[in-house]
Amino acid sequence: MPKRVAIIGSGQTDHTSRRADVNIPELIKEAVDRALVDAELTIDDIDAVVIGNMEHFEGINLSDMWASEGSGAVMKPAMKIATGGTTGASVAACAYYHCASGLFDRVLAIGWEKLSESDTTTGIITAFDPIVERLTLAGAVGGLAIEANLYMTSYGITQEQVAKAAVMARKNAQRNPHAHLKLDLTVEQVLNSPMIAYPIHYLDMCPTSDGACAVIFASEDVARKSANPPAWVKAAVCRHNHPYIGDVDWRKSTLESAAIEAYRLAGITHPRRELDVIELYDPASFALLSWIESLHICGPGEGGKMIDTGAITMEGDIPVNPSGGVISTNPIGATALIRVAEAALQIQGKAGARQVEGVRTALATGFGGSYWSEVFILGRAS
Amino acid sequence: MRREKEKDYLYITLHTELPYRYSAGRYMSRFLTTLRDEARILASRCTHCGTVLVPPRVVCGNCFAEMEEFVEVGPRGTLKTFSVINFPFIDPFTGVQRPVPYGYAIVQLDGCDNGLPHFLDEIDVHKLRIGLRVEAVFKPQDEREGAMTDILHFRVIGD
Amino acid sequence: MSGQVAIVGVAQTRFQSEKRAQNYAELVHEVVSELFRTTGATHDDVDNIVSASSDFWDGRTISNMAIQDVVGAYMKSESKVSSDGTLAVLYGMMRILSGQYKTTLVVAHSKGSEGVPNLIANAAFDPIYQRQLGIDGLSTSALQARRYMEKYGVSEEDVALVSVKNLGNARKNPYAQVAGEFTVEEVMQSGYLAEPIKKLEASPISDGACALLLAREDIVDRFTDKPVWLKGVGHCQDSYYLGDRDLAESDALAVAARRAYTMAGIDDPRREIDVAEVYDAFAYQELMWTEILGFCPRGEGAELIRSGVSTMDGTLPVNPSGGVLAAHAVIVAGLVRVAEAALQLRGEAGEHQIPGAKTALAHGSFGYCGHMHCVWILSNEK
Repeated sequence: MPKRVAIIGSGQTDHTSRRADVNIPELIKEAVDRALVDAELTIDDIDAVVIGNMEHFEGINLSDMWASEGSGAVMKPAMKIATGGTTGASVAACAYYHCASGLFDRVLAIGWEKLSESDTTTGIITAFDPIVERLTLAGAVGGLAIEANLYMTSYGITQEQVAKAAVMARKNAQRNPHAHLKLDLTVEQVLNSPMIAYPIHYLDMCPTSDGACAVIFASEDVARKSANPPAWVKAAVCRHNHPYIGDVDWRKSTLESAAIEAYRLAGITHPRRELDVIELYDPASFALLSWIESLHICGPGEGGKMIDTGAITMEGDIPVNPSGGVISTNPIGATALIRVAEAALQIQGKAGARQVEGVRTALATGFGGSYWSEVFILGRAS
Repeated sequence: MRREKEKDYLYITLHTELPYRYSAGRYMSRFLTTLRDEARILASRCTHCGTVLVPPRVVCGNCFAEMEEFVEVGPRGTLKTFSVINFPFIDPFTGVQRPVPYGYAIVQLDGCDNGLPHFLDEIDVHKLRIGLRVEAVFKPQDEREGAMTDILHFRVIGD
Repeated sequence: MSGQVAIVGVAQTRFQSEKRAQNYAELVHEVVSELFRTTGATHDDVDNIVSASSDFWDGRTISNMAIQDVVGAYMKSESKVSSDGTLAVLYGMMRILSGQYKTTLVVAHSKGSEGVPNLIANAAFDPIYQRQLGIDGLSTSALQARRYMEKYGVSEEDVALVSVKNLGNARKNPYAQVAGEFTVEEVMQSGYLAEPIKKLEASPISDGACALLLAREDIVDRFTDKPVWLKGVGHCQDSYYLGDRDLAESDALAVAARRAYTMAGIDDPRREIDVAEVYDAFAYQELMWTEILGFCPRGEGAELIRSGVSTMDGTLPVNPSGGVLAAHAVIVAGLVRVAEAALQLRGEAGEHQIPGAKTALAHGSFGYCGHMHCVWILSNEK
């Protein structure tokens, strides 16, 4: 059995479309300082730093080096992890293994991105094979549009149902002081927004944000003495896919495979009953319906019903993305780490106006690359 | 501290060109030269599990066996899924905006187990449907150069 | 951790200035299939994968995407360290020590031939303060070389000795890209690239890949009867701006070495280490690094060579493979140091074998002027 590890603090910037007032290290430092204050620690207490972002989004090679001006990594063991959209979750996993290995006691995990500094879609296109796929791919929007079309066609999910999920997420975001888009929307507004890539409307899609997130992981003994209630890591699982988009079989989801293994590790047999809240990496609103099916929260094709009945809203039995999720906030290298941080806040009872009552078990996901996935399960009990 | 205004914050703008020359490698070089010289689409077939994958590649991801056999697939196939791209963005190949709208499809070529992403000549979503039959339209022989653009697009040929 | 995880197999490609026949997947397939062939491991034996590569060098956001199938990552866990390969070994070891995994495939790839090296190197400097100077690895290392030589009274002939030794050693390494029998005079006459660094004192940029298989102690027998035990490791990042450091020193390397020595129980590195593979991207670096690693007092690195201590038949041979001066696939080169150290301890280093080697040091570095260092102590005794 892996050694016990917990999250003992986190911090986020107030994410927005453009932070002209700070450079990259300064942006990172904001999140790091907030995490240290939250955990009542100083940078001297940190044994190691794990950091991640995507180099081509800002055009900075070896970005962890410049980042050290704000990350606190100077004269510390430090490592950079970069895996696309999953980067934040991969950074969290790496920090988790730092502690679970017994080698380190307090590890700072940082994800960041300043997407205002270059063209994000261009950067995402270059994630794919240069010879076959870049010619036609329209970044994340294009890649998600073809998945959304297949899902909605297969199960008769309507554009109205998907739009309802978009409205819900932006409504939740209004309670999150860190969220980028805090929009008060109607289903009609979503449906009347431009069709950027069929069947995805402009208001279905995640924004590009400037922001950073920092999460502090600790070994068991340190976590038990922490100033904050620890959020124990019950499972950290990653599943990868084939390299080409054309290879991806959306019926064999990496998210489902990762979730099954994570449930096994955490001893969860009835996810809908046993999970209290989910922070899902929802790059577009259809994912709020489709990907909870992959998590076995409902059966295949039942995602539409989950929004129609309100089950996944703040008032429902399994709230998804109280934070507003990715379609409200998306600094890519931080995005999946924000899911982990938000799940930890829910466990710690520190989520403020977006707190779901009585959370004992929370699940967070990351999505990226060629449709690969990471799943974390956090618990209040060790 | 003085309260800065937006105009007080400077930007440094770089227009660095960062060129790359990507090796196609053994399998893709054969795929591209066959496309160029014969207007035929090659896939690799796994002798272990029988899976046929396009583009051809060295390892079958399903069973981790080395792929050795090349087979011809297409040029007809079925729309596995599609979109019509309307939003503007910078094409990393050209450095300028890619023309929109365009049809974007994953085509399951006849004889193939996975999909090939390419352009569609149809941009009216009401005329498109998952499961439609499509066919590759090749550039004339004297214009083909051993690149994915040797296939102009896929055209809808019916149900 | 000492003695709980072992390297049970290594594979590397021949390093060349251009491997036109292979794309990234084919390059990595070469080492992974060789590793499986020599260890008898199968796809099912590999629990998870840690890769190391660079988005900037590959010209691809998410540089690990191309290799998913060839490392066998489908529906498995894979993560990418965006730093030197020595850190990928560390992350792989952490995953095993956590108890969640029994084995880890560690693999690194790079093709310097596909991009423009000085542009890629220049992109590591922050765009606001340093990048417009047009500096890269070579020009900044020239500053470091000059500062080191001035401070410790090291002559250009002293530095040239490193090239004579390492390129001479490389003649016996079938994987080396550059090798030859040179005199100090010939090195001195090879022309300044950036004064005081001469052509024969600068590593080439290579195409190549390297892979290792790590296994938990209870299953090493399944793969080898010559396990190489991971006994100690330390890594540390230095401050970012070159102007913030005394470039003649490397506090980060000193800290990393101390951590590795403490973990491995090394008190006197000169006496207890039998062979070392250090990251000599430029000839002067071998002198600096071996001094800071404690092989000799500061300023006496050249004396190690002159007195025959660090030559092939000395008591502490340094870079019997020819080191990074003989082959420098960025990111891969650190993993090759670990692989070469493992080959020495397995008695499989062929013509550049150091007879009876029991304890080896492998050193990786990343960033410019040694921004990050990682030091490994390996042993063929548990």
